[in-house]
Amino acid sequence: MATAHSKTAARFMISPAVVLLLAWMIVPLAMTIYFSFLRYSLMSPGEETFAGWDNYRYFLTDPAFFSAFTNTIVLVVGVLLITVVLGIALANLLDQPMWGQGIVRILVIAPFFVMPTVSALVWKNMFMDPVNGLFAHAAKALGLQPFEFLTHAPLASIIMIVSWQWLPFATLILLTAMQSLDQEQLEAAEMDGASWWRRFFYIVLPHLSRAITVVVLIQTIFLLSVFAEILVTTNGGPGTASTNITYLVYAQSLLQFDVGGGSAGGIVAVILANIVAIFLMRMIGKNLEA
Amino acid sequence: MKLFARALVGVSALALLASPALAETITIATVNNGDMIRMQKLSGEFTAQNPDIELEWVTLEENILRQRVTTDVATKGGQYDVMTIGTYEVPIWGSKGWLVSLNDLPASYDIDDILPAIRGGLTVDGELMAAPFYGESSMVMYRKDLMAKAGLEMPDAPTWDFIAEAARAMTDKDNEIYGACLRGKAGWGENMAFLTAMSNSFGAKWFDMDWNPQFTSDAWKETLTFYVNLLNDAGPPGASNNGFNENLSLFQTGKCGMWIDATVAASFVTNPNDSQVADQVGFALAPDTGLGKRGNWLWAWSLAIPAGTQKEEAAKKFVAWATSKEYLELVASNEGWANVPPGTRTSLYENPEYAKVPFAQMTLDSINSADPKNPTIDPVPYVGVQFVAIPEFQGIATSTGQQFSAALAGSTSIEDALQNAQNLTEREMKRAGYIK
Amino acid sequence: MARAVTNQRKLVVTVIAWSIGIAIFFPILWTFLTSFKTEAEAIASPPSFLFFEWTTENYTEVQSRSNYPLHFMNSVIISLGSTVLGLLIAIPAAWSMAFVPGKRTKDVLMWMLSTKMLPPVGVLIPIYLIFRDTGLLDTRTALVIVLTLINLPIIVWMLYTYFKEIPGEILEAARMDGATLWSEVIYVLTPMAVPGIASTLLLNVILAWNEAFWTLNLTAAKAAPLTAFIASYSSPEGLFYAKLSAASTMAIAPIVILGWFSQKQLVRGLTFGAVK
Repeated sequence: MATAHSKTAARFMISPAVVLLLAWMIVPLAMTIYFSFLRYSLMSPGEETFAGWDNYRYFLTDPAFFSAFTNTIVLVVGVLLITVVLGIALANLLDQPMWGQGIVRILVIAPFFVMPTVSALVWKNMFMDPVNGLFAHAAKALGLQPFEFLTHAPLASIIMIVSWQWLPFATLILLTAMQSLDQEQLEAAEMDGASWWRRFFYIVLPHLSRAITVVVLIQTIFLLSVFAEILVTTNGGPGTASTNITYLVYAQSLLQFDVGGGSAGGIVAVILANIVAIFLMRMIGKNLEA
Repeated sequence: MKLFARALVGVSALALLASPALAETITIATVNNGDMIRMQKLSGEFTAQNPDIELEWVTLEENILRQRVTTDVATKGGQYDVMTIGTYEVPIWGSKGWLVSLNDLPASYDIDDILPAIRGGLTVDGELMAAPFYGESSMVMYRKDLMAKAGLEMPDAPTWDFIAEAARAMTDKDNEIYGACLRGKAGWGENMAFLTAMSNSFGAKWFDMDWNPQFTSDAWKETLTFYVNLLNDAGPPGASNNGFNENLSLFQTGKCGMWIDATVAASFVTNPNDSQVADQVGFALAPDTGLGKRGNWLWAWSLAIPAGTQKEEAAKKFVAWATSKEYLELVASNEGWANVPPGTRTSLYENPEYAKVPFAQMTLDSINSADPKNPTIDPVPYVGVQFVAIPEFQGIATSTGQQFSAALAGSTSIEDALQNAQNLTEREMKRAGYIK
Repeated sequence: MARAVTNQRKLVVTVIAWSIGIAIFFPILWTFLTSFKTEAEAIASPPSFLFFEWTTENYTEVQSRSNYPLHFMNSVIISLGSTVLGLLIAIPAAWSMAFVPGKRTKDVLMWMLSTKMLPPVGVLIPIYLIFRDTGLLDTRTALVIVLTLINLPIIVWMLYTYFKEIPGEILEAARMDGATLWSEVIYVLTPMAVPGIASTLLLNVILAWNEAFWTLNLTAAKAAPLTAFIASYSSPEGLFYAKLSAASTMAIAPIVILGWFSQKQLVRGLTFGAVK
């Protein structure tokens, strides 16, 4: 029923958003691309010279680049796995009748409201610290040697912290989806003698697939640029054990003040993110079709 | 609605009254270190004396602060009128013309009273580019009770071998006593400051006279091996994440036998309000290996004014106040002489009251024994004890710091860490055009 | 008999759910409790849970060092301002995508989302230069603009999914009655989408409140929100667990409380079209 008139109006109404986002994307992007071909150190402004592909070659041959690349993937996939699996379990649990459901739900979603900086600081100092942290106290009480989380399992620790922040989000979306599940269908399956596992795999999981897709999509967007948690807890170390691409670009542009190299890194990160994006959209776009 | 409008008028009238038309607001960026926080608290004295100046504070953690002020000064963002920077930044920024010269501070400020070692590091072409707020070297802080328990006695000028022996003797892991607390957290101002100063006393250096990196030298291998072994045997758990602040907490809560770090920490560890071991702390010079250099550094947190600020006069007034003799007296009368920002003025060390402070002499001796112009045993082309005063240094040292922190954590071998450090330093130096 | 089983089961579920809920909430609770301890008690081993001398000295200390009301107001203005501005831009866009979909609508939507994948650090210097030249550094305006833009894709997407649930016939009926496009959007569509708009608003206020890269890098003193406030407590000299806890509590309390009070609203809308 879309008339020519309403089509024009629609273009008109969508345009502010599109124009603004285009500007937001293109202006900095163009500047970044321009900078990425310059030898440009923030410490010597005004002395920029054309550098050709030097900055790119330099960034891509950085020994830290490969580990940053794999760390980024491990971080994203790790957090996704943990939050989706635990999110499904929690959503199933919270969907059961119980006393004080509202309060439990409040407790479970609380981490989502906490600033990443704060949660990283709290976890690092008050829980994971090997001398004064709560985990260390607990280990000592049990007669064990405290585990040095950020030294011996830096990436895993960060995955844990980030998962803690995103688990509420996954749980909420999955819980909403659970609540729209057709109970009669489940009961009928139970009557037919289908085991709990079979019911879960053949009825519940397919029903949740759309919600899982949404969780994966939204979280991936945020997880690709995890930064504050790394900066606060490990500074990307020891070595490069917990450096992701975002952190590497940060180190290049704001610790070394190499704007040219940092810009090249930024462009590389944009390209990688877009590859992930296309991949994701393909996979998910289908699932999201109405 | 009417009520709301009336309230609004009232509020804006109040706001007009509250800000005198002539008041000038200066924005001060500073580190969240104890002495600066005290300055912020005492700054009411300054605004009382200068009612036409208002102060706005931006207090940030060291790394974030450094990144913020560097971005701002290099892009001429103009967000700050006074910046807290260190001995590393001042010569580089000063020679680029980013800072306002302070040579014209009033005579009552007495520039000649500033300790020569500190003043030298803040002067570019005869112009004082920043006023030192506190100056520091590094020294050994140790627990007298634990030292006695171990049956040892700390000499005034220990060797590294003695430190290693004492640290292992003091360590009692079951009771959470660790003989040696040293910086392990990656960062050019953290583990690399310590290791670079330490390596000087082992005869190592960053670069030879042709700017070739020297990490594959025997002296560096010896330094790193000594450091890693010492911390593995006698250091606290998680040492590779400990910086100055983490070690300070450990020492204050009685978990360290010895701590080799900034002299400015002496006032914190001897302050009974914060430290559980305040009455048991002894001091000694930073260790050596008998080769002629000690492993102590030289640093001064200083207040500088970025060129291009519209409020130069007000900013200068503030800088002069915060680094003056009168400020030292103000702190002394409020919090006692031990809490005065140390290491900046000769007159402070001539003051008989200050001489009673247990760490005063040792701090002065440490500062005077550091020589940024000749930091190493062999000649080098650079200036700086625990850093190399070239713009590329912070980037390079941050990455090498990561490697050494990984060696300490055990995720890389010492040989690999040194080789990686060598490679990445070579890479950066080539890129910057120092070597072919 | 059956009823007993259900009650027993309910009890088991309750116990498990409560334990997990408390475990997940524990870090926040612990931070809150620690903020009332002295520094010495904050690191005491074994730690005391409730039986310590409660003190508010940390809050006094934090208050004397930082201008909390200023940071708080900045956070409120920036997060609300950017969300409202974002909604004003996004509502028409989402409307046209939902009701007048073109061939490219899906692509536009996905492209919008992909702009969120730009790593902010990569474009900091250009943005910093732009704001310097426009005199917007350290202003709330700059942060409202930036946060509006970075959250706009999420806002558009959320609204789009709600609008799509609204049957087109209702709009058609309104149109038959002679409603213009604007009155259709304002009087028919918006009221029906209020729950969706409300939860979009809530989610974006939360996201904007917690954004810590741009808010820290584009501000100094005047416009600095709570994310900058917390950065001055992140690792000071000496013992700081109790002060850190107090500052953390002050930084997150407003948004946690808002979240709790509005959680029903948030949850109802927080589906991103996941529920059919």
